[in-house]
Amino acid sequence: MPAVRKTSEVKDIEKISLIANNLREEVIKMLLEAESGHPAGSLGMSDIFAALYFKILNVDPKNSSDPLRDRLVLSNGHICPILYATLAERGYFPKTKLKLLRKMGSGLQGHPRLGDLPGIENSSGSLGQGLSQAAGMALAAKIKKDPYRIYCITGDGELQEGQIWEAAMFAPSKKLDNLTWIIDRNNIQISGFTEEIMPLENLRDKLESFNWYVLEIDGHNIEEIISACNMARSVSHRPTAIIAHTVPGKGVEFMEYKFEWHGKVPSKDQALKALKSLASLKGKIKSDYD
Amino acid sequence: MLNAKLKLNEDIFLKDSELKAERDAFGKTIKELGEKYPDVAVLTADLEESVRLTDFAQKFPTRFIETGIAEQNMASIAAGMSFSGLVPFVCSHAVFSPYRNWDQIRLSICFSNANVKIVGSHAGFSNGPDGGVAESLEDIALARVLPGIKVISPIDYYQTIKAVEEIYKTPGPIYLRILKEPTPLITTQDTPFEIGKAYTLVEGTDITIFATGPIIFEALEAAKKLKAVNKINAEVIAVPTIKPLDIETIVSSAKKTGKCVSVEEHQIDGGFGSAISEMLSEKFPVRNVRIGVNNTFGDSGTYDELKNKFGISSHHIIDAILNLLKE
Repeated sequence: MPAVRKTSEVKDIEKISLIANNLREEVIKMLLEAESGHPAGSLGMSDIFAALYFKILNVDPKNSSDPLRDRLVLSNGHICPILYATLAERGYFPKTKLKLLRKMGSGLQGHPRLGDLPGIENSSGSLGQGLSQAAGMALAAKIKKDPYRIYCITGDGELQEGQIWEAAMFAPSKKLDNLTWIIDRNNIQISGFTEEIMPLENLRDKLESFNWYVLEIDGHNIEEIISACNMARSVSHRPTAIIAHTVPGKGVEFMEYKFEWHGKVPSKDQALKALKSLASLKGKIKSDYD
Repeated sequence: MLNAKLKLNEDIFLKDSELKAERDAFGKTIKELGEKYPDVAVLTADLEESVRLTDFAQKFPTRFIETGIAEQNMASIAAGMSFSGLVPFVCSHAVFSPYRNWDQIRLSICFSNANVKIVGSHAGFSNGPDGGVAESLEDIALARVLPGIKVISPIDYYQTIKAVEEIYKTPGPIYLRILKEPTPLITTQDTPFEIGKAYTLVEGTDITIFATGPIIFEALEAAKKLKAVNKINAEVIAVPTIKPLDIETIVSSAKKTGKCVSVEEHQIDGGFGSAISEMLSEKFPVRNVRIGVNNTFGDSGTYDELKNKFGISSHHIIDAILNLLKE
């Protein structure tokens, strides 16, 4: 009964889009409370985080140290508001904790630390290390013949770090087909546009020449995110890199595409405006899938 | 003269006494650990033969990871492997790891309290002919400043064997500093070793010599000559664990003798002598004269030439002690 299946898929996608929108609202509230942090990347990656934690990853918040769980490695730790919001939404810890972002002793440090909260899989903050950590996990899974998958999220500006390219050489050489690397291609970094500061293009060619299987997607299209991750699962003998084209600040119009919002928090008025526009998006998402 | 309880090598002062390299001890032991424990993994950045990993690599090809010349990647990969239940040993020359990858050791390993072991070979002057750039004289400082790490610098071949076994069994990040150069056998297979313990090799009353690494042999020679020529009884304490220090043993010796020198094959700033001085200044303030490399880089030369040129041979230790005792 293909028609029925399609309906449930559509419902799934609608659900994930709504979750992503909720996560964006949480991010704005968290940053307002914390008075510092990084909105652009957090908002831009909301759809991908929602799709990963509510569709793709084989994880169980009640058994967060299951040795056979899938792992998400966040390399660009500064977008941790979206990680924390997603983990709370998925049930790893109470959502009430989110207002403690960047507060002493809360475990919600300004960059994530392994062991501070259930669901955090690595420490990050100094850019460029996550892909190597993820490759190490993927390699360990191969050595131990464990079936889980590793997903690594990096920024794009972060690709200016040399270590990324060390890991980019390593993972294909070890045939780490259990590794999926999602690059947040939002074209901004703290001081400006990536292509003006230190160009990354042609990124696809670079990755393909390093022997990655490369996919390019719209990082806000839930269907594309899911199907790219499924595609990666079917690739053998090499890792997959998904270049996810995203809009920094996505969902909050006055932040979108602006590198100035990389690491600046909204004022109270701006936050209210942002929340209002995100609330209005809910109706749009629902009507899109009706 | 030697402390009988420690079952040390009685022949150590004989002229043709055997020399063995710590890196050989490491290579032999890591292969044996691989046989005993299926979770031991070894990573290297193009220094397989140099750090004596070939036996392990041949026996356990899937657990031997060649990363190519990429120490930063290697350290973070090891962290990831440890998160998935393996016990990785990251093996390179000390001058590359923990130097080139210090940020990765800080963030990927120590900040996560990862169960990763960092092995820095060819430390001190033991890579002498390669020149100043290849001489690791700052690694103790780099390693010991990191929160949560343990820093081990064995004094000889047999102590390295014991240290490697203990390092495997002790959870959390550990830095092991070893030398390339064959050095005197001071301990035996029966000499005790525990991480965190200092050992009194020679008991004395007039002055304490604290030393770490194989350079302690120069301290033993100094103690022997001081006794024979100057009737000075120097206590010689081996401190293979630089972090955490064995405070009790070190302070009680300082209380007994009231004057100390520290000896290391490393910069005196930030290294082993600094660690001793810092601790003593808080627990029992006494003079501690730091003997080591003083604010300079090395040079090409043989191991003995370099020890002599940079002031860490037995006669330098004797001079420092005689000066201190004159005060």
